[in-house]
Amino acid sequence: MRTIRIGSGAGYSGDRIEPAIELAEKGDIQYLGFECLAERTIALAQQEKMKNPESGYDPLLERRMRAVLAICKAKGIKIITNMGAANPEAAAKKTVKIAKELGIKNLKIAAVAGDDVLEVCKQGNFSFLEIEGSVADLGNRVLSANAYLGAEPIVRALQAGADVVITGRVGDPALFLAPLIHEFGWASDDWDMLGRGALVGHLLECAGQITGGYFADPGFKDVDGLARLGFPIGEVSEDGSLVITKVEGSGGAVTEATCKEQLLYEVHDPANYIQPDVVADFSKVTVRQIGPDRVSISGATGRPATATFKTSVGYIDSYIGEGQMSYAGPGALPRAKLALDIVRQRLELCGVQLSESRFDMIGSNALHGGELSEGHDPYEVRIRAVGRTNSLAEAVLIGNEVETLYTNGPAGGGGAFKSAREVIAVASVLVPKELASPTMQLFEV
Amino acid sequence: MKLREIAHSRTGDKGNTSNISVIAFDPANYEFLREQVTADRVRALFAGIVHGDVTRFEMPTIGALNFVLKEALGGGVTRSLALDAHGKSLSSALLDLDLPQAPHFPKSDAEMTP
Repeated sequence: MRTIRIGSGAGYSGDRIEPAIELAEKGDIQYLGFECLAERTIALAQQEKMKNPESGYDPLLERRMRAVLAICKAKGIKIITNMGAANPEAAAKKTVKIAKELGIKNLKIAAVAGDDVLEVCKQGNFSFLEIEGSVADLGNRVLSANAYLGAEPIVRALQAGADVVITGRVGDPALFLAPLIHEFGWASDDWDMLGRGALVGHLLECAGQITGGYFADPGFKDVDGLARLGFPIGEVSEDGSLVITKVEGSGGAVTEATCKEQLLYEVHDPANYIQPDVVADFSKVTVRQIGPDRVSISGATGRPATATFKTSVGYIDSYIGEGQMSYAGPGALPRAKLALDIVRQRLELCGVQLSESRFDMIGSNALHGGELSEGHDPYEVRIRAVGRTNSLAEAVLIGNEVETLYTNGPAGGGGAFKSAREVIAVASVLVPKELASPTMQLFEV
Repeated sequence: MKLREIAHSRTGDKGNTSNISVIAFDPANYEFLREQVTADRVRALFAGIVHGDVTRFEMPTIGALNFVLKEALGGGVTRSLALDAHGKSLSSALLDLDLPQAPHFPKSDAEMTP
C-alpha cells in the first residue's frame, strides 16, 4: 500500500522557523504544510491590503520561503500554506520574486482565493452564530468576511502541477487533506476517507503541539529538548491509516498522551467535527504507541459535508485601554488593592465611559478570579486595569490613570505600562456554498 | 488526591467557547474519572468564569472526557478583556480538583505511556 509523509512546518503565524527546515532536510517528506492563519489574522491583513494592494499576506512569508524553498525544490517537496491571508495573489508573486532571487527554476506557484465573501455577506441577510445581530447591522464597521474553503481548490492546484500552493482562508485541516485526495484519488463523497484525512489535518495543523510542545508539566509530564522541538510528520497510507512521528534526534516526544491531547484540542463534540469537506467523527478513534516517537491513530469516520461554509466576519468592535503597575514585599496585596480602588475612582471622576472593565491583580487573581485564587498570598503582584470604550481617546485615559499612581498612588509601585488599541473582533456566519467561488491561479518561475 | 495525579488536560478555544479535555494517564481510571468529573462539578468550579452551559462528551476509546464551556471567554478571544483571552490556563485550574483515592493509582498493570 502506498504511503506518503507530510510534515507540519508551523502551528501559527509566528512559529519557530528551524523545525520546518529540519523537516525539509531530514524528514523524508513529500509535502510540507504551514498553518499560519488565526481567527482574527485575516481581518488585520485585510486592513493592510486596503493601505497597500501589494500587502495583506503573512509577515513571515518571506522568511519561511527563503528558509525552505530551495531545499523543497531540490527534494521535490510540495509546500501548502494559508500564508496568503487576505492576498494570496500578492503572496504568490512575492514567492516568485524570492525564487528568482534564489536562482530556482521551473517552479510553479499557485494562489488559491475566492474565500473573500464580503460582498455576499453585506448584501445578504446573515445572522451571527455567537453574537446578536447580523452582518448588515454592523454597517461600515465590517472589514472582512472570509469563508473557510475546503480542499478542492488546493487539489486543483496540485493537479495542475503546483510546487507551492498559497491560500487565503481554508479549513486548517484542508491544507493536509488536499495532498491525500490528490495522491490517493479519494472521491469527494468518500466520507469515511475524508473523515480520516480530516483527522490527519487536525492532528498536524498545530505543529509542535503534538510532538511534546505545550505539554510539559515537570514531575507529571516531563518532555526533553523543548528548545529544539521537532515538528510532526504524518505517515498516511492509501486507506487513511496514520502514524505520527518526528525527525530522529529532534527534541520533544510523540506519545499516546501527546497525541490524545491534540486529538481533543479545539474539538467540541468529537462525533461532529465539522469541516468544509466532511463532518468527521473522532468518537471511536484509538491511539497506540508502536515504537519510539511513533504513534498509530485510527478509527475516524465521516458523514456528508454540510451545505454551508463557516465564514469569519472581521469588524471594528470597540477600543480597549489598559494600564499595569507592580507592587512587592510585605503588604504588596493591600497596596495593589488600594491602587486599583484609586484607578476605579479616578476613571469615574474623569467621566471615562466603560462598557466593560476588569481590575485584576496579576500573581493573585487575574487568570481565574477571586474564588479559585482565595488564600494564596503572593510576594509580588501586578495590577491590571482594563476597560472597553467607544473611542481611542477614552481608552488612552485608562492607562494614564494607572501611570499617575507613580506620584499619586500607594507606596512602592513600579514598572508602569499602558496601552490603548482598536479592537478588531471576529464573529461567524454560515454562507451557502454556492455563493462562494474558489479560484486557482498559477504563476511560473 | 488531585485530578492532576491521574489525568492530563489541554484547553482549546473557538469564539466564546472553551473546551477542556481530561485524559486519564492510565485508561484503567477512565470509569473513575467518568463518575467523579461530572459536568456539574466543572460548572461549579468555573462558576465565576463560565456563564453558559457546560456539556461533557465521553471518549472511552482513548480514556478521555471533553468539556465544552459556553460563554467562557469574556465575549470571545478577539474581544476579551482577560489577560488570558484564550482561556489557555483553565486546564490548570481543573487539574487541581480534589478526588477520592483512584482505584488504579499508582499505576495499574495496564500499558502506560511515559
